[in-house]
Amino acid sequence: MIRRLAIVLVLALFGLVFASLTVHHVERHSLPPLGKRYVELVPQELGAANVITGILLTYRAFDTLGEIAVLFMVAAAVGLVLGRRERRDLPRDAPQPPRPASEIVRTGAQILVPLIAIFAAYIIANGHLSAGGGFQGGAVVASSAVLLLLAAPSRQLDQQLLSSTESTAGVLFVLVGVAGTIFASGFLDNRLLPLGQFGSLFSAGAMPVLSVLLGVKVGCELSVIIDRFRS
Amino acid sequence: MISTVVLATGLTLILIGIWGMLTHRNILRIVIGFSLAGTGTHIVMVALGYVAGGTAPIIDRSLGAAEASSRVVDPIPSALAVTAIVIGLAVTAIMLAFAIRLYEAKKTLSIDAFTESKW
Repeated sequence: MIRRLAIVLVLALFGLVFASLTVHHVERHSLPPLGKRYVELVPQELGAANVITGILLTYRAFDTLGEIAVLFMVAAAVGLVLGRRERRDLPRDAPQPPRPASEIVRTGAQILVPLIAIFAAYIIANGHLSAGGGFQGGAVVASSAVLLLLAAPSRQLDQQLLSSTESTAGVLFVLVGVAGTIFASGFLDNRLLPLGQFGSLFSAGAMPVLSVLLGVKVGCELSVIIDRFRS
Repeated sequence: MISTVVLATGLTLILIGIWGMLTHRNILRIVIGFSLAGTGTHIVMVALGYVAGGTAPIIDRSLGAAEASSRVVDPIPSALAVTAIVIGLAVTAIMLAFAIRLYEAKKTLSIDAFTESKW
């Protein structure tokens, strides 16, 4: 009874705060100074059409690097938490073979996985031009991995290959960043490569390179996490 | 106007998430409540970055670089939302991994079974 009362009280207080936030919310009619500056500087200085990618991969690229580190840590932590189970539990319940996937799922996977892969490549490569980027494309790659695992439940993902690909991409990302301090004006500065023509696929300096590395890394990492949950 | 509606939606989602976390005893439902609250925060962030009549901050044929700063929404909350989504996924993955281990320890997902760290 007291617990239920406390829950109602907490919810009521949160509701009060949220209601006053909503009531006093005034829609903006112009950009705040920092956002305005980014919108002006990203196309002009970095040559990227997508302002958000410009922020994520250059101005706040250090944040993105931290985020990659977080994802890496999660993959490692999930492996640590779930990994020891197999050795201890094996004698207790004999592993039963997983139920084979239905024909619809198998045929669908055969048709869809290549298409999803192409779509992911498109999203990753166009990150600096339109909506998309490394994280989004990486998530799409991982969704194709899920479909593959659903279609063939007994298939083993090559964890070794995925881990080494992911580590290579991470190291290359940092190396591009370090190259920015030598050949351009700072860590992860994209202007170490020529900016190219605004709006074309090979433009915005190192941004497409960083985007591809990010996509590969995120895709591998999410696939590893999903695979660890399955086993 | 539209951003107020979106803001209210996000805040309602957060409330539903908190309610789910507080009332349910199943660990998976608590995780779902947490994810709901997280999604609500993303919606709130995007709503706060909205500029009346603004469009996506992507420069193309229909949005010249010169007029961009007067016609787009704030790009910073969107960039932060991308970050927040990734971190939210990371936290959810860890929570689910712990849920699996907890289930193995007690063969139940009810939070009432785990009294060791209760004070």
